[in-house]
Amino acid sequence: MSSVVEMTGVVKRFGSVTALDGLDFSVAEGEVHGFLGPNGSGKSTTLRLLLGMLRANSGSIRVLGLDPWHDVATLHRRLAYVPGDVALWPNLTGGEVIDLLGRLQGGQDRARRDSLLQTFDLDPTKKSRTYSKGNRQKVALVAALATDAELFLLDEPTSGLDPLMEDAFRGCVRELRGQGRTVLLSSHILSEAEALSDRVSIIRAGRVVESGPLEQLRHLTRTSVTADVARVPPGLDLLPGVHDIVVTDHRVTAQVDPAGLGPFLQALTAAGLQALTSQPPTLEDLFLRHYGPAGSFEAARR
Amino acid sequence: MTGSTPRTAARTQARTPSRAMTGTLAGTGVLVRLGLRRDRWLLPLWIAGFALIAYSTAVAGAELYPDAASRVEASTALNATASMVALFGRIYDPASLGALSLIKYTAFMTAILAVLMVILTIRHTRGDEESGRLELLGGGRLGRDAPLVSALAISFATSILTGLFSAAALAVGGLPGNGSLAFGLGWAATGMAYSAVAALAAQLTASARAATGFSIGVIAVTYGLRAVGDLAEPGPSVWSWLSPIGWNQQIRAYAGDHWWVLSLPLALCAALVPVVFLLRSRRDLGAGLRDERPGPARGHLSGVLGLAVRLQYRVLVAWCVAFVLFGVVIGSLVGNVADFLSSPGAQDLMRALGGRQALTDAFLAAEISIMGVIAAAYGISAANHLRSEEAAGHTEALLGTATTRIRWASSHYAVALAGVALLQLLTGVSIGIGAASAVNDAELVARSTVAALAQIPAAWVLTSAALAVFGWVPRMAGAVWVLLLGFIALGEFGVLWNAPEWLMDLSPFRHTPLLPVDAEAVPALVALTAAAALLGALGYAGWRRRDLAA
Repeated sequence: MSSVVEMTGVVKRFGSVTALDGLDFSVAEGEVHGFLGPNGSGKSTTLRLLLGMLRANSGSIRVLGLDPWHDVATLHRRLAYVPGDVALWPNLTGGEVIDLLGRLQGGQDRARRDSLLQTFDLDPTKKSRTYSKGNRQKVALVAALATDAELFLLDEPTSGLDPLMEDAFRGCVRELRGQGRTVLLSSHILSEAEALSDRVSIIRAGRVVESGPLEQLRHLTRTSVTADVARVPPGLDLLPGVHDIVVTDHRVTAQVDPAGLGPFLQALTAAGLQALTSQPPTLEDLFLRHYGPAGSFEAARR
Repeated sequence: MTGSTPRTAARTQARTPSRAMTGTLAGTGVLVRLGLRRDRWLLPLWIAGFALIAYSTAVAGAELYPDAASRVEASTALNATASMVALFGRIYDPASLGALSLIKYTAFMTAILAVLMVILTIRHTRGDEESGRLELLGGGRLGRDAPLVSALAISFATSILTGLFSAAALAVGGLPGNGSLAFGLGWAATGMAYSAVAALAAQLTASARAATGFSIGVIAVTYGLRAVGDLAEPGPSVWSWLSPIGWNQQIRAYAGDHWWVLSLPLALCAALVPVVFLLRSRRDLGAGLRDERPGPARGHLSGVLGLAVRLQYRVLVAWCVAFVLFGVVIGSLVGNVADFLSSPGAQDLMRALGGRQALTDAFLAAEISIMGVIAAAYGISAANHLRSEEAAGHTEALLGTATTRIRWASSHYAVALAGVALLQLLTGVSIGIGAASAVNDAELVARSTVAALAQIPAAWVLTSAALAVFGWVPRMAGAVWVLLLGFIALGEFGVLWNAPEWLMDLSPFRHTPLLPVDAEAVPALVALTAAAALLGALGYAGWRRRDLAA
């Protein structure tokens, strides 16, 4: 598979702030690529560089084999973009904005536009100023998804969408993958990327720190378990795949690998399980565990 | 007031709730301070500006009209000129220095003050509501009426301070104290009345732009009503009494000081403010009185140029209407110019200067060049859409499509350039028609149209300077306004200040040919157009190589 996006050693500075600090990143053709990172890690900056809206200080960037800074018009005819912060003209209706963006893109599929409006349950006759954040997001999504692009760059596409609409969005992305199109979607929500992506890259403080198929990154997706038990059995920390275990009185807190969940829960049940909560770890938790203590975020950003 | 209250104090307050802490007014003090913080430059500059204008007018008036005879002569001439009466109103005591000196300020400047009050009031009411800032604040401990009360408090206080400082400035400038106070209070009360109108408009419409448009429409209509009233013989007819600007004239400062008239704008305030609060309490945050109408489900905008036209045409149409009305009025003044100088001595002078034609030309040239400067202001504001669109995040969505930067920037630039040209064309034709019908000389239409068109390149230079600033230093989009003000000041006072020739030559308006425009003007026009093109190219070059800036 050839690379649709290829960035090597990209540095982008804003004044004295270094936003991207030697970023290496690639997206293969036909894959859905999750681009993960906490707020302010450089996700949007990376996408704007790929669109030629910003100019890199050094490093090389190729998108669909083209230089995004010099070949803007040719390149953009082949890609679609949903900005992270969707700003619409307050006195234009959603339908007018969608059609305008589609026309500027070089044509959109009318039937597909209309079915997307239905899928996302969006009223195109409303003035943009009356739309909620989620509805503004839908306008940008419909405009982008109705085009015939080869590459879709989506910056936190589900922000503001309710779970039902998130689901509809996931359906659309799967459809795109089925058609062999490439999707790059940024997110700070691990589970969202997990649900859609073939591969994931994790960015922190302007560098890609992990990149690969999800299975490879499985070690990142431990479940955080908190349980109240009648009496804490000995040897819990010796079970395979159980990490960072903390015991206080009758409460057990631990990070558990997917493979270790079964035995761990059996042990807890045997110990008289009274209450159980579990949650997938947040990205920030992962960073803290894998890439150093809290202070190093700030340190790395400088 | 309600900022950081210590916990114990808050508990005490909770038991004996004071209205300011827990009622519908909670947080008013915080909002007033926030508003004053936001406008910390605007408001002092504006109050000082009005006071300064008042002072210099008082001083200049005393020099222009040293004795009663000269005042009576000037006042009589003004009162006898219909177009002057329509534009500025009447002088009710021909011998009064104050009434004569301030003739342009009783109605005309009052309308400008009203426009500023409208902008200020809507900025703090519907503007904050539309941007969502009010929602952000409303999440805090904020009473329902606090935003409106604080906005009106700021507007009323600004009106009153503008009036009082101006009254003091007039008195210091040598005019009688009583009249100065009447004049200043007139400004204060009229400013308050139009603030109340704006607050009402902010409740009726769902967008700040519509509220501003509605309020300025009210100012324009009331200005027109008083013009009709003033034109009636004798003195003001009932039409004047239907207009707050008309009331301001009927205070007759320095010409009898009719203090009781001040009660009319105050009564209007007292009547409107409760209605405003009632409307506010009956609607949702963010909603207008009327529900937002659905628009078309399909768009017909052909591209970025279509979008730029769509975003700008309403404003341009308003400018066009204003230019045409102004042009016709100015043009019709030509008839009076010649009549003013009816004394034998003046007629000799006129012949020496080149006859009636030269006098008409000089008058038209002066008016047309003023319109050229105003058209440049339009050009700057239209070109600055580039920056406001970029800052609003709209540009990002457009540049994400196959639209190139140059094509997008060209859309607003083209609207600005074409708008300037259109405005000057309308100016020339309407001044020409006004003048031609006043003195029965159809040839004046072509003459003034050519002169007005000759102003276009200079206005384009400023328009293109806005593009250049956008291309290189986008955050300083306001700098072009400073440039325009600098050129205006150099044109007015450059000689007085002994400014060096090269500095004055920087102003494009200095190179614009005056009436009559002939072949000799061509090189200057070509040079100005080339300068505009150069600045435009410079702007494009900067825009092509810089980052998109939020």
